[in-house]
Amino acid sequence: MAQETLFEPWNDPNESPLIQFKNVTKKFGDFTAIDDLTQDIYAKEFFALLGPSGCGKTTMMRMLGGFETPTSGTILIAGQDMNNVPPNKRAVNMMFQNYALFPHLSIYENIAFGLRRTDMAKGAIDARVNEMLKLTRLEKFAQRKPHQISGGQRQRVALARSLAKAPKLLLLDEPLGALDKKLRQDTQFELMDIQEKTGTTFVIVTHDQEEAMTVASRVAVMDEGRIIQVATPDVIYEAPNSTYVADFIGDVNLIKGTVELRVSSAPVNDPEPGAVAENIVDETPSPQPNKLGEWIHDTLLSPIIGERIEPIKRLPPPSTAELAASQEKIQTAQDGGLLLNWSDKNPTIIVSNGDETKDGATLTFAIRPEKLNISKTKPDAPNALQGKVIDIAYLGNVSTYYVELIGGQMIKAQMANARRLARRDITWEDDVWVSFTDTAGVLLER
Amino acid sequence: MRRLSLIAVPYIWLLALFLIPFLIVLKISLSDAALAIPPYAPQLDFAGGWGAVKAFFADLDFENFEFLTTDDLYWKAYLSSLKIALISTGFTLLIGYPIAYSMARAAPEWRPTLLMLVILPFWTSFLIRVYAWMGILSNEGLLNQFLLWSGLISEPLTILNTNTAVYIGIVYTYLPFMILPIYSALEKMDDSLLEAAEDLGCSRTSAFWLVTVPLSKTGIIAGCFLVFIPTLGEFVIPSLLGGSQTLMIGKVLWEEFFNNRDWPVASAVAIILLLILIIPIILFQRNEQKQREAEGQ
Repeated sequence: MAQETLFEPWNDPNESPLIQFKNVTKKFGDFTAIDDLTQDIYAKEFFALLGPSGCGKTTMMRMLGGFETPTSGTILIAGQDMNNVPPNKRAVNMMFQNYALFPHLSIYENIAFGLRRTDMAKGAIDARVNEMLKLTRLEKFAQRKPHQISGGQRQRVALARSLAKAPKLLLLDEPLGALDKKLRQDTQFELMDIQEKTGTTFVIVTHDQEEAMTVASRVAVMDEGRIIQVATPDVIYEAPNSTYVADFIGDVNLIKGTVELRVSSAPVNDPEPGAVAENIVDETPSPQPNKLGEWIHDTLLSPIIGERIEPIKRLPPPSTAELAASQEKIQTAQDGGLLLNWSDKNPTIIVSNGDETKDGATLTFAIRPEKLNISKTKPDAPNALQGKVIDIAYLGNVSTYYVELIGGQMIKAQMANARRLARRDITWEDDVWVSFTDTAGVLLER
Repeated sequence: MRRLSLIAVPYIWLLALFLIPFLIVLKISLSDAALAIPPYAPQLDFAGGWGAVKAFFADLDFENFEFLTTDDLYWKAYLSSLKIALISTGFTLLIGYPIAYSMARAAPEWRPTLLMLVILPFWTSFLIRVYAWMGILSNEGLLNQFLLWSGLISEPLTILNTNTAVYIGIVYTYLPFMILPIYSALEKMDDSLLEAAEDLGCSRTSAFWLVTVPLSKTGIIAGCFLVFIPTLGEFVIPSLLGGSQTLMIGKVLWEEFFNNRDWPVASAVAIILLLILIIPIILFQRNEQKQREAEGQ
């Protein structure tokens, strides 16, 4: 089952792409909207074009729809060169940003509009429209005009209309932009559901990274007419290829510094791997003196054999269950990787997943706020930096702490608010430790 | 109270400038022609007391309206006016729609200029513009001179004082009334609707007929009424540009008033014209109402 649901046609050399952009450039006067872009999109993909406004994502989509023609290069859909094919001759439908529903036609007629332009029989059109109304749960509204229904319903009408002709490819231009957050989230799942049911290839344009991450099988992050990175949402988030992508998708802390090869036998902040386990073994209690023995030692024997060493008071050793539960918390650095020198007042950062061939380069360390942990006492972690809480943003489910590290570097750390706000022990102006594992962040070249 | 006084202003306006004059005309139409000043009888004389007012009402009759049915000049004039108004409304639409369309499709920075050009003729007196057409259309006019010079014709065309000249004059004069409402309807239209139509399989032409035209329908209807209603009673254009055979009710009305000095018959003609116009005016109001509803979504 898990093997079957793994959908990665882009990794399958036998799969041929449905859409191919080949060195496509689009210029509007002096402005280059798309700059020598080459990209494959596969059948049944839910492909998201993500970027700030003006990055060329809409132009790319409009070229797929046939509303713009490339200045140079070719776009192939199912192997066919589309450069001279007008929109009405393409097996491509588009869901417009403002839905572009025909205000003078009923919902039913809006959905039937495309079908009526074909030589489909009347009965077949009726059947198809009803199927679409059912799919989008709009049966009750069939006879209403677009201005008589709500925004969410209009959005579904637009989707039904663009799906009615069963296109090979459906383009969605910021489809959920006009909906409020709650409705948007519901609709995102609806979209994914419909995409799965119909098996249509979806290309969605959005500037909302959360939306792209939710719905897409692959996300292309664009900037200034180029695709910066194409990858699955988790890769885009966890392993961005550049600071641009890291910064655009979600929140990130960026720390610039030079890297050096890590000598794995010399841990910086942490005992050797396995040392913790050894300590536990050492703690097996040896015979300890009782009260009388202590008194004898202190008064009579200390001048001869030296001060009695007070044994460290310890809790009983953890049970195996407790050990398993705390496994995550015992953070030990792996071997290898790089060290980031970024501030002479702070310890170097261990990046055990760093590429060792980059030794000596100036790189940017990127780490997500939620991968940081803050505590008042020095934590047992591969990387721990000292700082002071400057600001706290309470967001309900999480709080973002703005911590100023020694030397002035600001860093954002996000902590889940597992406790009630009143019981939060870290507050403004507190001196804290910011800690993270050696694999929590990535080193980026650009 | 404040609301009432607010509503009262337009109603007093209507009462003073529409209803009262209308009642006066209605009264005249029910009177008889007389060699007097004013040239009709009876006169309403409040000084004579209740008896005089009663006698006055007793004297009113529908004689003039009956007279209108006996002479075929009148209904022919009505029909001819309707025909001319309909045909010229059609021509105005045919010429005005493409102009409005291209204005709405023009680059946004050009639109105010184009709009200005449409409205510009209103800055010159209407009468002067009609006289200008006389200069253009006459046998020795600019048009004939140009056609003779270019060798397209060997003899001057007779355009002035024909129905053709009347149509030209009407279409020219009322074109802005057609362009403006259509333009405002087209300008509001979202371009993505056309893209959506094309995306769903329409050619450019069918997208025009299936989307653009239905969406500019209210503009077309408003424009047609704005042209049709005043054209029906048009007097200046047929009398200046038209010939003796051009029969329009506005001209008949003028002649009854000023040539025959038969005010009661002229008033009856006016009342009938108004009754004919009430239908399109009501339809026009309906269209406006519908448009407001569609916009107030």
